[in-house]
Amino acid sequence: MTRVEALGAVYSRLENVVVVTIMGAVAAELQGIGHRPNFFYLQHAMGLASSMGLGIALARPERQVVVFDGDGSVLMNLGGLTTLARYRPRNLVHVVFDNESLLSVGGFPTATSTGSDLAAIAAAAGVPRTARVATLDDFTRAFDEALAAHDLTTIVAKVDAVGPSKFVTDLSLLENRFEFQRYLTRR
Amino acid sequence: MSPVSTANSRLVYDALKASGVRLMSALPETWLVHLIRMAEDDPEMTLVRLAKEEEGVGISAGAHLAGVRSAMLMQNHGFLASINGIVSCAQLYRIPLLMIVSFRGEFGERDPWQTEGGGVTEDLLRALRIPFSYLDSPGHVAHRIAKAATLALSANKPVALLLCRDLMWEEAS
Repeated sequence: MTRVEALGAVYSRLENVVVVTIMGAVAAELQGIGHRPNFFYLQHAMGLASSMGLGIALARPERQVVVFDGDGSVLMNLGGLTTLARYRPRNLVHVVFDNESLLSVGGFPTATSTGSDLAAIAAAAGVPRTARVATLDDFTRAFDEALAAHDLTTIVAKVDAVGPSKFVTDLSLLENRFEFQRYLTRR
Repeated sequence: MSPVSTANSRLVYDALKASGVRLMSALPETWLVHLIRMAEDDPEMTLVRLAKEEEGVGISAGAHLAGVRSAMLMQNHGFLASINGIVSCAQLYRIPLLMIVSFRGEFGERDPWQTEGGGVTEDLLRALRIPFSYLDSPGHVAHRIAKAATLALSANKPVALLLCRDLMWEEAS
């Protein structure tokens, strides 16, 4: 499974949910499929996408929030998993695309390549629902089950270490930020 | 009995509430104990206890974009631990942050381990071009917090208020 295939498989579910992604390949690929005003791409600050998702989920409990995270980013904020679990926002689905590498800076392997298991770490942190998937069908099923479960879920999706040819897109960071804020606060 | 001032903690808390703050992130430190308990006891406040202060930048950013005002309670060493998030989330994306920072390590500090951070806090705030002021006397707490919150929101920038020993610590020294 590639990450862009996984994003494409669940794209139709993202029309009315609040989406936060990490930087690099995830942001570029989701924009390549089609940007929407309810998508925010945190193009730096590695590790904080899940914290932003928590802030949104706590501020707007009536909205479903989806975070598309990565192994390198989660490894920079493992403590954040304990904070997520502690407040257990039932409206947050936390997807971690695990390609076992820091792809956008040369593909150097992360600790998940030597056995660190982010789904087990999330479960041990107290996240009530976790899943580890490696195929497109399993990912899509786990994602739909997470949305239906109405409980905090971390899905670790093992994906190939391949990405787009470039990471800079024509959506400016501030344009994205203000559009997203306007989307979130108008309703 | 802790010599941390309950009355002045209450002034700070009430001023944050009056500025519309409804979510606080916090990592405990001695001077913040009363503030954190006040947030915990307030049904109108969402208190988020952190594992590390930098998480608070992301949480405040998310809350702001979702229309909720927030404040971050941290020690100056927590500010040091948050700098990448402040620069590459809050400043990059023009997110207002209201940072209430215990200014440990200034004159009067008795804990040797706090003394290094106190010496670099103001210079780092200046280097990051973060507007800041001091809360060192009860008379100006309310209006300085109100003004700091106003600037953070109008400028879409992080601002900081340094909680000082003279305000927070009641033990005669």
